[in-house]
Amino acid sequence: MACFLIPMGEAIVTTVVQKVVENREKKVGGKRTDNAGLKWSQRLSWLNKLLWGGTALLALEHVWHGEVVPWPPFLTAMGNPADVAPMLHEMAIFGVAMAITVTVVWAIIVMVVELRAKAMPEAKVKPTSGGE
Amino acid sequence: MWLIMTALAAVITTAIWYVKAPEDKYKLGLLSLIFWGATLMWFVDHVIAYLTEGGEFFEINPDATLLGLSVIILALLVWEIVLLVSDPKGILKRALKR
Repeated sequence: MACFLIPMGEAIVTTVVQKVVENREKKVGGKRTDNAGLKWSQRLSWLNKLLWGGTALLALEHVWHGEVVPWPPFLTAMGNPADVAPMLHEMAIFGVAMAITVTVVWAIIVMVVELRAKAMPEAKVKPTSGGE
Repeated sequence: MWLIMTALAAVITTAIWYVKAPEDKYKLGLLSLIFWGATLMWFVDHVIAYLTEGGEFFEINPDATLLGLSVIILALLVWEIVLLVSDPKGILKRALKR
């Protein structure tokens, strides 16, 4: 019904966090982290892209199924008081599970990058592409 | 069906990104992350729905296929807009300077 709103909320928060981290990194002269040669803002940008990408495509699916409309109250479930509780329940179960899964997968990717970078000689470490 | 189609798009895009890596001039990393984000979310959605409501895991019909195509087009559209705005080859900048 509106499960994508939870990952969208997380995406808004992590986008703000990324901007703050980016500004801090600029102040300290773009200092990279020790191991993978990546800034934390780059790592957070991966999470943001996963979350925003998923949110955008899921939003289209909800529009397709008539669960989201372009006029107030935008969510069709909000039009009927009886549908509000199931909608909130669905957001709590599906939405939270989606947000947690995406975040866990991102954390695993970051961990793998860190571990691989640790295992490599320093001269071979190059910043990975795809995140910026 | 849209889960399968998005997952396929994610796998193909990631493979192309990897072939070109570490260079990412055309932001294929962004496109693959968009597809993976949606794939993960729909996978969770399908698993929970299957466990709680039962029924078929994949919805395979013309409507679901059309939705799959639509989400791929949306992802490509978002990626192309980002690509044109960033203009890595400087083509738009040169055209605007003329």
